[in-house]
Amino acid sequence: MSIWIEEDAKVLVQGITGKQGMFHADKMVEYGTNIVGGCTPGKGGQTVELQGNPYPVWHTMTDAIDATDADATVIYVPPPFAAEAIMEAADAFDFIKGEGVIVCITEGIPTLDMVKAVAYVENRPGIRLIGPNCPGIITPGETGGAKIGIMPGHIHAKGRIGIVSKSGTLTYEAVAQTMSINEGQSTCIGIGGDPVNGTGFIECLAAFEADPQTEAIIMIGEIGGNAEQEAAAWAAENVTKPIVGFVAGATAPPGKRMGHAGAIISGGKGTAEEKFEAFREAGIACAMDPSELGQVLLESLKAVGLR
Amino acid sequence: MNIHEYQGKTLLRENNVTVLEGVHCTNVEQALAAYDSLGSKVVAVKSQIHAGGRGKGTLYHPETREHVMDGGVKIAFSREEVETYATNILGNVLVTIQTGDEGKLVSNLYIEAGCDIAHEYYLALLVDRDTKSVLIMASTEGGMDIEDVAHNTPELIHKVVVDPNAGLLGFQKRDLGMALGLSGAALKSFGKMLSSMYTMFVAEDCVMVEINPLVKTGADEIVALDSKISFDENAEFRHKKWDELRDLSEEEDVEIRAKETGLSYVKLDGNIGCLVNGAGLAMATMDVIKLYGGEPANFLDVGGGANEEQVKTAFSIIMEDPNVKGILVNIFGGIMRCDIIARGVIAATEALSLKVPLVVRLAGTNVDEGKKILAASTLNIHAADDLAEGAQKIVALIGGGQ
Repeated sequence: MSIWIEEDAKVLVQGITGKQGMFHADKMVEYGTNIVGGCTPGKGGQTVELQGNPYPVWHTMTDAIDATDADATVIYVPPPFAAEAIMEAADAFDFIKGEGVIVCITEGIPTLDMVKAVAYVENRPGIRLIGPNCPGIITPGETGGAKIGIMPGHIHAKGRIGIVSKSGTLTYEAVAQTMSINEGQSTCIGIGGDPVNGTGFIECLAAFEADPQTEAIIMIGEIGGNAEQEAAAWAAENVTKPIVGFVAGATAPPGKRMGHAGAIISGGKGTAEEKFEAFREAGIACAMDPSELGQVLLESLKAVGLR
Repeated sequence: MNIHEYQGKTLLRENNVTVLEGVHCTNVEQALAAYDSLGSKVVAVKSQIHAGGRGKGTLYHPETREHVMDGGVKIAFSREEVETYATNILGNVLVTIQTGDEGKLVSNLYIEAGCDIAHEYYLALLVDRDTKSVLIMASTEGGMDIEDVAHNTPELIHKVVVDPNAGLLGFQKRDLGMALGLSGAALKSFGKMLSSMYTMFVAEDCVMVEINPLVKTGADEIVALDSKISFDENAEFRHKKWDELRDLSEEEDVEIRAKETGLSYVKLDGNIGCLVNGAGLAMATMDVIKLYGGEPANFLDVGGGANEEQVKTAFSIIMEDPNVKGILVNIFGGIMRCDIIARGVIAATEALSLKVPLVVRLAGTNVDEGKKILAASTLNIHAADDLAEGAQKIVALIGGGQ
């Protein structure tokens, strides 16, 4: 098992004919992801070549899902059109299958577009949105697996650690840390660094708690908002598996946006200190340095007899 | 992106929100002419900077740092007072609780007609992360620091969450207005103002509009006496006129140049420069430097697909800061290949004839090739295997913390 995305999930690529879309679609096929085609309005009927093989392109998501029975889609559409791409996918999945996973990689989508898109997705209960502004989701397999996003596939291995993070490269760092103590990953999710996004920490923790393959969790947050505090409080009541945590931005000055649109301490709220404190209160084992995540995880696993 | 009060007032006026008559000035003569043209005996003389707390701020001479005047917002009762206040404000530095000790040079002034105030309120519209919607907040405690109100008397802050599908509804406007104790003509005026404000918020891609104070006049009219408006930078592509509203003097020059080349840079006070890929990892790198006794000089995210040229620009931006005594490069190669980064680092250090110690930590795609390239170079580059080792090395190389 894994969460939300099985190893052999059928995946569409929105914006597959664009430079980014094609590049990453190729990398996903190379990793072993079951890419079944893509969607670019106006380019239906064409094919794109990925790893030497042709893949079909449809005008609309309805046609694409109709033809492929896809389980998920990944969006590489530029910011002005990305929110609509999310809504098109949500509508098509909802209409045809009543369910589907939408992964939006695009960075720089207007916040009010996301307010609209998130409300649209939430009105369709079978639809899950991951992102935007995120590295995506990966479920490593014995050979290959489902990599839906822009993460480097080769650093992963199938295992029992679930990883959830707001940041891309810090997720890779966490993956490398699990590998350093000979542990693999069940599923790794980047939920993205925007202020308004789809899936949050709590949904990921709940899914990891329910997933038999996942035996421990790494949760990585950053300054801004209070999603980490809420997740920690929720985990204290509902998660039995060990959680290891890190929060980026302890040295970030207040009022300054640190790269991610959502990474800002405003009105003295959303500091790393506050979040670490909430983690500790919830019994989450904290690493103060991401290079110690492996060690802290190892100790947590030992404490519950998993090593 | 923030705009000045006078620009915000223009925007509000264009969107049918009632504001007072006012004139934007950049010198004392204009201020006096504004006073004459407004035909109001009492006027407000308001410093225009992108920071709050202006009224309680202090003005200093920009070079001698001599105290000039208390208060960056003054009520003038005569032409002479307008002249005095305008002279004391323009060209001087205003220090408020939000500017830091450096303060901000005031080059713009707003002269606004007086107003018969019956009551002051607080009003804000913002994108709320928890409800993922536009949140409207109002309070009877206008003119106060709203964070204090939220802390001490949270029951005095009233909130309405706007459903993005339904928009702002009539009952929500009434609920909020009545919570403020409004009735009759004032409640009607409040509802009309709120509709206009919400429409503007969405049309102009705002992330925050704060009106503190919003006032009820003696004639039961609701007027926006102040305005603090922030736009969503992500929506810049559909708002060409933001170019005219942007006050570059309010932004760090180097941060603007970094942004133009696709880098995200924030200057800090320390002495160890950082060059990292990814915002989260860039923050973590700063944190770990501090953890091992150093002080980061900057946040710098080169992004996911930086090329050799961007790496070079990143180095030159870091080295513009005279405090930088050493640099830590931390790259977790995903899309970005470590061998390309290694070549970029070498090219940049050579081109800039870098004198400060440099520690490079590479991980991820093509890491072995990247490390080989660095090892083969004759430059003074130190390699590190993980972030902790990198941070410890750079702190040791510059002789400990500050």
